[in-house]
Amino acid sequence: MPTFIRLQDGAFSLAEDPFTAVADDQQIPPGDVIVSLARFQTEGGGLLSEGRQVGVRVESHEAVEALAYDLPEIAVVALHFPKFGDGRAYSSARLLRERFQFKGEVRAVGDVLREQAGNMARCGFDAFEPADGSTVEVWERAVSRFRHVYQRASDGRPPAFEARGG
Amino acid sequence: MYRYDQIDKDMLADRSEEFRGQVARRLAGELSEDQFKPLRLRNGLYLQLHAYMLRVAVPYGSLNPDQLRKLAWIGRTYDKGYGHFTTRTNLQFHWIKLADAPDILDALASVDMHAIQTSGNCIRNVTSDPYAGATSEEIDDPRVWAEAIRQWSTVHPEFNWLPRKFKIAVTASAKDRTAAKTHDIGLNLKRARDGVLGFEVMVGGGLGRLPHIAPTIRPFLPATRLFSYLEAILRVYNRHGRRDNIHKARIKILVAALGAEEFARQVEAEWEKVSVSADLPDTELARIRGAFAPKSFETLPAVSEAFEAAKLKTPAFARFARNNLKPHKAPGYAIVEIALKGIGDTPGDCTAEQMEVVADLAERFGQDDIRVTHEQNLVLPHVRLDDAPAVWTALAAAGLATPNMNLVSDIIACPGLDYCALANARSISVAQNIARTFADPERAELVGELKIKISGCINACGHHHVGHIGILGVDKKGEEFYQLTLGGSAAEDAGVGQALGPALPYDRVAEAVDTLVDVYLRERQGAERFLDTVRRTGVAPFKEAVYADVH
Repeated sequence: MPTFIRLQDGAFSLAEDPFTAVADDQQIPPGDVIVSLARFQTEGGGLLSEGRQVGVRVESHEAVEALAYDLPEIAVVALHFPKFGDGRAYSSARLLRERFQFKGEVRAVGDVLREQAGNMARCGFDAFEPADGSTVEVWERAVSRFRHVYQRASDGRPPAFEARGG
Repeated sequence: MYRYDQIDKDMLADRSEEFRGQVARRLAGELSEDQFKPLRLRNGLYLQLHAYMLRVAVPYGSLNPDQLRKLAWIGRTYDKGYGHFTTRTNLQFHWIKLADAPDILDALASVDMHAIQTSGNCIRNVTSDPYAGATSEEIDDPRVWAEAIRQWSTVHPEFNWLPRKFKIAVTASAKDRTAAKTHDIGLNLKRARDGVLGFEVMVGGGLGRLPHIAPTIRPFLPATRLFSYLEAILRVYNRHGRRDNIHKARIKILVAALGAEEFARQVEAEWEKVSVSADLPDTELARIRGAFAPKSFETLPAVSEAFEAAKLKTPAFARFARNNLKPHKAPGYAIVEIALKGIGDTPGDCTAEQMEVVADLAERFGQDDIRVTHEQNLVLPHVRLDDAPAVWTALAAAGLATPNMNLVSDIIACPGLDYCALANARSISVAQNIARTFADPERAELVGELKIKISGCINACGHHHVGHIGILGVDKKGEEFYQLTLGGSAAEDAGVGQALGPALPYDRVAEAVDTLVDVYLRERQGAERFLDTVRRTGVAPFKEAVYADVH
């Protein structure tokens, strides 16, 4: 079972993952599931009507705009990092949070290392599946590494220019 | 000059602490080299042929004397007693030990300096006009905007993992000293007819394997909307720039593939959706602007008797004044260009002692202000004409007064095969050979403005594509050969040079440049520069002369 870390109300905790990630060639098991965008687009309506929680996994080359109308019904958007150097998911996360006001979980999956933790939290990720064995403590330390930030982003932290004004 | 406040200082300390942990994890084997590489690059640390190289950021090329002295100290303590100024106005130490890097970063932080994002696929050190605040040509002080961009781009959460490196230049004069059109984004400050300040936004310039001159995607962007617009550009690039091929990942490839018009349309569409809260509030701009408030200049006569007398008495000083002093906006002052291109020197190299000489001069005569130029020289932007003779005497004693600004021996060269793991051929010694060929300052002055740029491989760190004469090192069966191009420019008249003919062997390059200059002197009309003549005649007469004896 991979480590699963959640960020809620500013606190990090190790959590049980209620979702099963389902590959495209797998049968849908009972319970809450995360499926690919393509599968969601064909089977999503049916899955949702069964009363379960449904999450969608979005690849880094896929546009989150494709989910815009379905977001109110989606519990989780899992943004996939094929390599930790692929930065497209940061834009996807910010769009989900800031443009589409998505209130569900934005989860980082794939090549997820503690070096990205701060960037991820700032862009609105609130769930993480670290691939480097990070503990909750390590993750939390990485996120809070910088005492200040220079930009506005999805996390609502006041940027330096605001702190200076106040 | 902008002084770091506690927030800026905390950022450096936190970054340094983070990197110290990463280095420790690498040394303990907890991070693989693959995982560590992008992290060390984001902190300016390269692995070169012989050692680690540390690239220190000099934001918008601006230094104070304490900072330059600290660089001298680092050079002496951790390197071989010198540093190398680059075409990005950064300073590189070429002989660093990995284990020392965190201590060096702490030393830099003690004078508000760092190596953050000087490499890696992120927004790099922002560059600007070395004459900012001193030239009467400028619309506004570009450093205000460059500093604001420095902060905005530092540890940007969304744009820290771009497809490829990303460089921004800000200029505010019609005469472009930043090579803005060769940048991923070039910003040129303008005033609208109603006096409103704004930017001409050029996107998609870049050199490397496939040179592109940046097209203008917006002729006028109100300056107050800069940061939301930058966010829109970077987001379009972050999402749609290619990531499958490192050689096609720069924004120039995206802009060229879509066409400038379609790219601009996508940026505008994104921009419409970006919140105005992404823009910097006027209060913060005013705070930064205050830090660059005009220096208090003495009321001086435009003509300095001491200066005029020194020129009459000392022809060498008169030559220096002709070539290395530039007009200042305040009467009785001059901008002084310091040559890091002495005949036989490595372009851009500066010893610890030389750094200290320049720091002292800036303190005594230059209002504590020092600039680095993208042409790898230094500048004292505010010197009283009365003091120019004393400044010259001190510079000359330190080997820093070569009177060759913009002349044939003022050459840009990358480190080349002497240092770099990517290079195919040497650059430095080619530059030295050419400089020696034109060692006679009389002749160099007669030739006039001539910008030679040399790269040791197609990555084009020496900007060869945009040299009036460009020289590119190539490898032919283990031998160094050099491809010459003519007619390029990095300035407001930017263009990519045209190939002259087959590549030449190492020992024929300086001689070929000599021949090119002879053809120019023969062909030139009126006050034409070398570049003007080449662009009028085309390469034909030059090609004929250089390859005449090959037949």
